[in-house]
Amino acid sequence: MSALLQPRVRFGGGMLLALAIAVLLMPFVAQLLGTHVDTVDLYHRLAGPSLRHPLGTDELGRDLLLRLLEGGQVSLLVGITAALAAAVLGTAIGLVAGYFGGRLDVALMRITDGVIALPLLPLLVVLAAADLHKLGVPATLRESAAMSLYRIIALVTLVGWTTVARLVRGTTLSLRRQDFVRAAEALGASHRRIMLVHILPNLTTPIIVATSLAVGEIILLESVLSFLGLGITPPLASWGNMLTGAEETIALAPMLAVYPGLLIFLTVMACNLLGDGLQQALDPRQRR
Amino acid sequence: MSRFVIRRLFEIVLVLAAMSLVIYALIGLMPGDPVNVMIASNPHLTPADAARLKALYGLDKPLLERYAAWANAALHGNFGYSRLYARPTLAVLLPRLGNTAILMGTSFALTLALAWPLGVLAARRPGSWLDDAANLESFATISMPSFWLALMLILVFAVRLGWFPPGGAATIGAGGIADRADHLVLPVITLVLVNFGPQLRYMRAAMVETLNHDYIRTARAKGAGEARILTFHALRNALIPLITVVALSFGSLFSGALVTETMFAYPGMGKLIYDAVLGNDYNLALAGLLFATLMTLLANFAADLAYAAADPRIVYR
Repeated sequence: MSALLQPRVRFGGGMLLALAIAVLLMPFVAQLLGTHVDTVDLYHRLAGPSLRHPLGTDELGRDLLLRLLEGGQVSLLVGITAALAAAVLGTAIGLVAGYFGGRLDVALMRITDGVIALPLLPLLVVLAAADLHKLGVPATLRESAAMSLYRIIALVTLVGWTTVARLVRGTTLSLRRQDFVRAAEALGASHRRIMLVHILPNLTTPIIVATSLAVGEIILLESVLSFLGLGITPPLASWGNMLTGAEETIALAPMLAVYPGLLIFLTVMACNLLGDGLQQALDPRQRR
Repeated sequence: MSRFVIRRLFEIVLVLAAMSLVIYALIGLMPGDPVNVMIASNPHLTPADAARLKALYGLDKPLLERYAAWANAALHGNFGYSRLYARPTLAVLLPRLGNTAILMGTSFALTLALAWPLGVLAARRPGSWLDDAANLESFATISMPSFWLALMLILVFAVRLGWFPPGGAATIGAGGIADRADHLVLPVITLVLVNFGPQLRYMRAAMVETLNHDYIRTARAKGAGEARILTFHALRNALIPLITVVALSFGSLFSGALVTETMFAYPGMGKLIYDAVLGNDYNLALAGLLFATLMTLLANFAADLAYAAADPRIVYR
């Protein structure tokens, strides 16, 4: 609990909490304003702030505040889910590599280094443009509205596990030689039991720190891909794809381009502060 | 040493070959194919013509066979024709490579020239106002979505103030070095701001670590000046871990260039790859991605060599 005393943890965590509450309150805000996030009103396009639309409307006359809240839901959902999935994948790979060592370790770490060295964004662009039909994804899933959501989570997970894998492998290597692991071995515990019961609990600190930093990175990645038209696809709002439309109307309604970016910036900043603060609070050896 | 170099070069070739197969397969997964695009743009094309075209381009053959044919041609220096530009792929690619090199080189040099001295000064007194300011600044730039930063720069300096052009690499018909430089200002500012934070943090961390060593205290004790201690005693050693970081950021710089180039319509490699992928230009996308991978691999290799050169304790076998 001492982690909560760290000012960065409190500040970053508080910001994220406030944001999460705000985006979850979206249905109530919509009721309060008497409108819906997808309600198009072509007579009031790009309108300024008013009582009915506190932040004005977008290029189709939709309420900007509600769109921003929906975008926040999407960004946080993608960021947290993909970061958790990447953490699980990275932990599994790092644990196996560090525990068994030898050729398996060399092979797995070569793959990790390879993924790190790849030109990430150009490859993601190709992956995001891949035709799901050719991949054999069933039509019902392919045409569902949330497909772009699943797709971006899968994509980002696929490239995001490397940091955790390296961290976990390094820590496992040193834990493996410690007495309590040898004692467990001497008592006849299985590999599986040693990895999951004796080593994994000692890995929580690096995993938590890396995951909270990853949430921010993933939100950035999602926003870039959505902005380029390869991530979350309209009508579902995301802060990234809201900026795509805003770019065209930037001379008429500059605030449309300011708000989503500002929210991405603040959210990612909160994640980074949280991760950095947790690192300092939980891992005194890394104090700078 | 020479055995190490040969082994690494062999590895690079191997990774590149594996990557080419992966990318080839991935590109085959993109929606549609070139013949579909031709059918869509030419209503006089009969199904028989389409089948003939598919056979001509080899699109009716299985993936591995197609890859083998492509690889064979590529090894002979023939990367095929670009569908979008109707010119040989390499003739499209190479000028773009030069443009990206100019943009990346300028911004990277500027980033290091600004971030490293600040990192050194911040490391001298951890917790000072300069350190705090540097820390805050680096946090801010790490959290900044680069495409949004570019958008804001365009909004303020191109749309509102009209000081700099909003995009492109040169005014058509005008040319000249001053004109090119004018077009570089906003993209370079974007890349510098985005890369500034990480580089500052790396330098600061490396310097803090080095300044804690005994030999720094020895240098102080024998009366060496502060500037001499910082540059000759500490910086020389702090640079060693930074070599790897610089090489690794080369890859991310390239990714960053894709976004920045697309935002500013700057005709570089990043934008070329983006356009090629979206425009179903198989040959161009493939060659562009392979070039990007090759450059990253070579940068990592160069880092290993520079590492050994900077630190005599490291010997590769």
